[in-house]
Amino acid sequence: MKGGHDLGGQLEMGPINPEPEAQEPVFHADWERRVFALTLATGMLGKWNIDESRHARERQDPLTYVQNSYYENWLEGLETLLLEKGLVDAEELVLATNISSQTKELLSVPNPTLATKILASGVPSTMEADSEPLYYIGDSVLVKASETAGHTRVPKYAQGATGTVVAQLGCHNFPDSNAQGIHEGKFLYRVSFSGVDLWSHSSTQTEVLIDLWEPYLGAAAN
Amino acid sequence: MPHGHHHDHDHTEPPSDLELRVKALESLLVEKGLVKPETLNSIIETYEHKVGPRNGAHVVAKAWTDPEFKQALMNDATEAVASLGYCGRQGEHLVVVENTNDTHNLVVCTLCSCYPWTVLGLPPAWYKSAPYRSRAVSDPRAVLKEFGTELGEKSTIRTWDSTSEMRYLVLPQRPAGTENWSEQDLQKLVSRNAMIGVELARSPKQKDEDGK
Repeated sequence: MKGGHDLGGQLEMGPINPEPEAQEPVFHADWERRVFALTLATGMLGKWNIDESRHARERQDPLTYVQNSYYENWLEGLETLLLEKGLVDAEELVLATNISSQTKELLSVPNPTLATKILASGVPSTMEADSEPLYYIGDSVLVKASETAGHTRVPKYAQGATGTVVAQLGCHNFPDSNAQGIHEGKFLYRVSFSGVDLWSHSSTQTEVLIDLWEPYLGAAAN
Repeated sequence: MPHGHHHDHDHTEPPSDLELRVKALESLLVEKGLVKPETLNSIIETYEHKVGPRNGAHVVAKAWTDPEFKQALMNDATEAVASLGYCGRQGEHLVVVENTNDTHNLVVCTLCSCYPWTVLGLPPAWYKSAPYRSRAVSDPRAVLKEFGTELGEKSTIRTWDSTSEMRYLVLPQRPAGTENWSEQDLQKLVSRNAMIGVELARSPKQKDEDGK
């Protein structure tokens, strides 16, 4: 989908102004801490996956996405998911009235020990393959134009460009489907692009490596 | 509009309505039994105090001093890093990319904020900002300059856009003049920014200056 989040190569974004490393705290305000923890803790209820979570942030108005601070976007995304998955309703969320103490379904709510265990184990995205990969190292591939209105992980700046497969990364959960709650594996490739094939002002001294799933790719013309 | 303009840092004074909105949301979720306050605190404790770039510095310094470990790291970073006790969320598929005399690596996530949490902790504000995410792919040399990093004309810059669940960690070059240094001392030269690739590892001289 097109959205404010797809930032690669966008101009006029201003200077980076990095805060010196030694001085930067992990969180810049207490509400950021809380939004971070609420997002992770509610994620552990198993009602949504990482791509649904990303998609909930990306679906905002593009201008709002860019103007919001990082954790404001997390907050927006979290509220969207809580509403859409029926964990809270709008009256409770917006007006803080008619709060029902029980959710309709029985959910397992992690205690600190379980949460620590979940965070320490992670969620690998690899899946069993039931076919053979279409592309091999050295193949020229063309990145197709994306037409999905949903979530995708193919950046706009790479679409239409031709690159070279430099690694097969195995079969991984396909984000475009995962964001719709469909768990399906597709082959993932590391594709290398010369800077000059992506940006007219770039040089041959730059190379961009992007991880791209098979459905994003087609065979290059020659 | 209450939000900070994008030229500001992400950490300008938050509007009080945001504080209130988050407090209200937390109370609601606690009241409904969807989260436990002690779990929230434990998650914050983990990422504010336990998981951070010291993990990555340990990995890098060990790779500089232990050729066998370095080999294992380049072959399968997830497994090698797990052998030091670092594993979990946002580190499930870890890849280490090595800087050399003619190649410099830089990591970004243009679509969101993917970052190797297990070895670096949570990303700094600038890593998640629109200016970095937009230009790390299109003009990496200028980005490095903003961090005070000048590379030779001949070196190639490789930018790694973290579009999948693979997470990238840069192995910086070991600074000159550290031949007899211990792994522990070397760790002090490995900044978080060097492991993202916007800077080089500190030289012994820089370390002395920083320490003053």
